[in-house]
Amino acid sequence: MKVKIVVTPKAAVLDPQGAAVRDAMQHLGMPEVREVRVGKYLEIEVDGKNGDIEKRLHDLCRDLLSNPVIEDYELIEESK
Amino acid sequence: MKFAVIQFPGSNCDQDCIAGINSIEGLRAEYVWHKEESLDGFDAIVLPGGFSYGDYLRCGAIARFSPIMQSVLKEARAGKLVIGICNGFQILCEVGLLPGALVRNRSLHFVCEMVNVRVEVADTAFTRGYPVGAVLRIPIAHGEGCYFADEATLRDLNAYRQIILRYSDPQGRIVPEANPNGSIENIAGICNRAGNVFGLMPHPDRACEARLGSADGAKIFRSMLQTISAGEARAA
Repeated sequence: MKVKIVVTPKAAVLDPQGAAVRDAMQHLGMPEVREVRVGKYLEIEVDGKNGDIEKRLHDLCRDLLSNPVIEDYELIEESK
Repeated sequence: MKFAVIQFPGSNCDQDCIAGINSIEGLRAEYVWHKEESLDGFDAIVLPGGFSYGDYLRCGAIARFSPIMQSVLKEARAGKLVIGICNGFQILCEVGLLPGALVRNRSLHFVCEMVNVRVEVADTAFTRGYPVGAVLRIPIAHGEGCYFADEATLRDLNAYRQIILRYSDPQGRIVPEANPNGSIENIAGICNRAGNVFGLMPHPDRACEARLGSADGAKIFRSMLQTISAGEARAA
């Protein structure tokens, strides 16, 4: 099974990296860019597909892969 | 009195902590490798600065799962004094001993300089050597020191007098220009509700001798010594 996990900074958290990227994009001729938020993307391959794998993945998303104080995550399961 | 300085792979201020603490009369510091599981025999615990696990994923995110951290959690909950400096502060937040989190500096720059911090609460286990409003000169060196907490957490931190240090100007004024990293409310150091776990971004370990620029940090370790000696914190 293959899962993709996207981690993004929460709306209330300052994202200076995103602001720097936005400024660079505007500077490079794209003034239309209003906001950029920079997060993380993880591709994970998991053996098997036991009933509780998804639950354990969600647990690890909260404990390790993201910090719920400052980040949100989305777990996307690839069908094939 | 014996302090444990935890060494994670990537810690780089462990030696500063050992040297700083050992320079204080009555204190002795020893390394404890992160794969150890016991902190028996130690009167206080120091999580030093550095880049544990290369700061991979997030600062402190992987170090919090090191074997020794189970023991740190147990001792902290039993009332032993725990101080986390810089990366140690980040680890304490990640493991949940302190609220909030430390994120990328607002400027995006790694900031390495001497700063002023004002003592906000003086009767703590870590600041009993200072009057309220005292301004300390202590160096910082970090890229992710911008303290963040949601509104409810911030209200609690203020209500329970857990904000111990704030970045200030030399006169002790809490102004935006004195904030080196964008921390909410100029927060430089906080403690837990019980008052025995303290995290701060400035390095008291690098401010233990006047000839190195400042000896203001030594009082924090001395304050811990006095607290333990007075029987106000759990000893070994």
